[in-house]
Amino acid sequence: MGGYILRRLVSAVPVLLGITVIVFLIMALIPGDPATAILGSYATPENVARINRELGLDEPLWRQYVIWLGNLLQGDFGQSFALNRPVLDEVMERFGATLILAGTSFVLCSVLGVIAGTISAANQYGWADKAITFTVLLGISIPSFFLGMMMILLFAVQLRWFPVSGMWPIYGARDAAALASHLAMPALALAVVATGVIARLSRSALLEVLRQDFIRTARAKGVHERSVIWRHALRAAMVSILPVLGIQAGFVLSGAVYIEIVFQWPGIGRMLVDAILRRDILLVQGGVIVVAACYVLFNIAVDVAQSLLDPRIRT
Amino acid sequence: MTGAFSLFARNRLALAGGILLTLVVLLALSAPLLPLADPDVTNTSQRFLPPFSEGALLGTDHLGRDLLSRLLWGTRLSLAVGFAAAVIAAGIGAAIGVIAGFYGGRLDNVIMRGVDMLMAFPYILLALAIVAALGPGLLNALIAVAAVNVPFFARNIRGITVGLAHKEFVDAARLAGLSRPQIILTEILPNVLPVIVIAMSTTIGWMILETAGLSFLGLGSQPPQADLGSMLGEARAALISHPHTSVVPGVMILVIVMSINLLGDGIRDALDPRLKSGALSRPMAATRLARSSTPPEQKLPGVLAIEGLETEFHVGQRRLRAVGGVDLAVKPGECLGIIGESGSGKSVTALSVTGLVASPPGVITGGAVRYQGEDLIGAPYSRLRAVRGREIAYIFQDPLATLHPLYRVGDQLIEAIQAHQKVDAKTARARAVALLRDVRIPNPESRIANYPHEMSGGMRQRVGIAMALANDPEVIIADEPTTALDVTVQAQILSLLDDLRRSRDLAIVFITHDFGVVAQLCDRVAVMYAGKVVEEGPTDAVLAAPRHPYTARLIACVPELGGGRRRLEAIPGLPPAVDRLPEGCAFADRCTKTRESCRAGPIPLTQEGARAVRCLYPETQAAREVAE
Repeated sequence: MGGYILRRLVSAVPVLLGITVIVFLIMALIPGDPATAILGSYATPENVARINRELGLDEPLWRQYVIWLGNLLQGDFGQSFALNRPVLDEVMERFGATLILAGTSFVLCSVLGVIAGTISAANQYGWADKAITFTVLLGISIPSFFLGMMMILLFAVQLRWFPVSGMWPIYGARDAAALASHLAMPALALAVVATGVIARLSRSALLEVLRQDFIRTARAKGVHERSVIWRHALRAAMVSILPVLGIQAGFVLSGAVYIEIVFQWPGIGRMLVDAILRRDILLVQGGVIVVAACYVLFNIAVDVAQSLLDPRIRT
Repeated sequence: MTGAFSLFARNRLALAGGILLTLVVLLALSAPLLPLADPDVTNTSQRFLPPFSEGALLGTDHLGRDLLSRLLWGTRLSLAVGFAAAVIAAGIGAAIGVIAGFYGGRLDNVIMRGVDMLMAFPYILLALAIVAALGPGLLNALIAVAAVNVPFFARNIRGITVGLAHKEFVDAARLAGLSRPQIILTEILPNVLPVIVIAMSTTIGWMILETAGLSFLGLGSQPPQADLGSMLGEARAALISHPHTSVVPGVMILVIVMSINLLGDGIRDALDPRLKSGALSRPMAATRLARSSTPPEQKLPGVLAIEGLETEFHVGQRRLRAVGGVDLAVKPGECLGIIGESGSGKSVTALSVTGLVASPPGVITGGAVRYQGEDLIGAPYSRLRAVRGREIAYIFQDPLATLHPLYRVGDQLIEAIQAHQKVDAKTARARAVALLRDVRIPNPESRIANYPHEMSGGMRQRVGIAMALANDPEVIIADEPTTALDVTVQAQILSLLDDLRRSRDLAIVFITHDFGVVAQLCDRVAVMYAGKVVEEGPTDAVLAAPRHPYTARLIACVPELGGGRRRLEAIPGLPPAVDRLPEGCAFADRCTKTRESCRAGPIPLTQEGARAVRCLYPETQAAREVAE
């Protein structure tokens, strides 16, 4: 088992490197000349050359990449010019808020999606199946940012159940209860689409499994139907549901960008959008790399969970 | 194809989606022709007019612009951008996929590594990075969304191309001297095109959502030009005071994406052959029952008596009669063999006993199954469940498929015990070990922790038998339990079953297509053909002097060890299809001595002493000798 985890971690190294290459190349696409940007358009050619040398911009592209990567590995992601603080500090602070939001959402959509899909499959063509199928269709069709806005109107403005936006109350204690009430709406809005996708997939994975011979064996043993569905069928179906949970985690992270804007959540998505609009490129770069790396690691965790679930792939 | 189309047309939701989408597209297309206000003319004295105001059907926005006009123009833009992004992504992705899949080798490797890298990003990060580099703007948002979706198409199309690249027609084109680009254009492309179109139709909704999302963030269309996303983004500031400016574009996005999803699902379902055959429906906990008449009193003696059992498969309009009135009975300590070709209805008969026939499509349409006098057909689920495994247990054919692959065999045994007995985990475990020892598995204490895939075929089948014995049942139904095993293991399993039957006074119903197995184990044998018992009697008597021509031919098919060279007589023809069973004898078409009367009407099973035969002109000893 330990060997398996180690192998998966090692196999992630080229992927992580690939991510840095892609981000580096995209950033190299940026038109314009940093030296002119720093010195203004009246700069003398000598001064431009000096700045370029200082910044390492006269080096060939691959050397620039190696130097840049070396800095990244030492935790030096550069300085955000707009915020005037190290990129990594800002990214880590914002990423924490995003993790709380996206993590809660991910747990919500995994649990709700699998349960809804299982109920749907167990009652195929029954009223519960139809109701779930219709709700799921609605859920995967509604843009999360629009859903979030409508939830604010209903639950915050009309019913006053939850605060309109933000992560903490402006006045008052920053305790778990305050966080939960601020988290409820954005986490739910963010979870809806992924819940729908997971419910759909769980339903078809279960229907596939329910026709297998070992389900008939379980019934022939006299196992209760409830246990046939939730123990035998669901366990086997999880083998094909788990990889999709990994993919959906990516969608939850992506959707968090919109939800953070709608609910004024101080996460990394809002930071990225603001940074793009301010053309704070180093901040964008740092944010993208940290989140993508996290996502890669998360998918390794999913693979490990998969191997725990299915003894046949454990070697 | 017509089948697919009618399936699609019957799917009312998909049809509704199609109509809705057509309407929206027509409206968007006709925006320049309609008498609409200029979408970009501001009028600050008319800000935030509510819907249904005069001159502004949907009201106005924060700058006093007509919302209806902006909505239609915005829809036009969103549809166009989403569609363009889908076409670009599909085009580039398909090109990459086809090249990688067709050329293969190192090129394929390098390309697919790159694709994997791109897929390692949550999609929006990549889109944001691209927009960050190119700068905000609708065209750049379009490029970002298209680029982000290229890997998806590349990977799908590559998979299909790899499959095509080694097909005969591609080899033929190669031999005909066509160059590789020519082969791609003339042979590969026409075959992947439908897949590209379908993949595009299912992702176009996503593309519209994603571009709307970027515009919503202010990174897409820039004012005054507006697509649905930026309309929503601009309206957000006035969400609480004037919600209608948000609701209008939001609902439009919802309508578009939902109608595309409905349509896409409809297309996908229509093209899925499994839906048509009903292969995706879930089998219920017990077989469906549609018995028109109440069964008569029990006639046959025995712990288990099957009387007049009829089981059908209902597939669409077709009625496949798998079991057409079967009578069988078995006494304690007795072993009854059921023999027949595949499709003769022997397994369906066995599964019908406790309602285990998959349903849909299975339906029990008549007869009775009496266990100690109680009719199990029509018994409530709770009673069936109590009988299954406790009174009547099954052993199935292929234990790799019939044991749960993800649970340890010990846990599966313990579950079988605890399904019927209230015992704690420790006792159940001890019993599971004892059961494994009973079926002669060496080292049961360590074997109990094995997963099925860690055992050999023979060991797995022993586990299957142990599971059947777990609750000391009265009847065991073994459905070809030795078919998947090699001969020596088969012999061990048979002698094990024989011992168990004698020591526990079990009644065994043994289903097989192997006369050798029947001869070794069974006291009596019933021969089934096309859903009916055609001959029944003590094993020795039937084997020595078969009465039904089918039995005789079946025995003649069995090669004999040391029997010298003899012509093995295969039976010509095939059993009749079970939805077109003839009125008379089902074997008539394959029989050598068929007469007019054989086809006239149903032929009864005639009892003669211990034996019974369903034939008007049964084989006689004299005739057999002549034949030989």
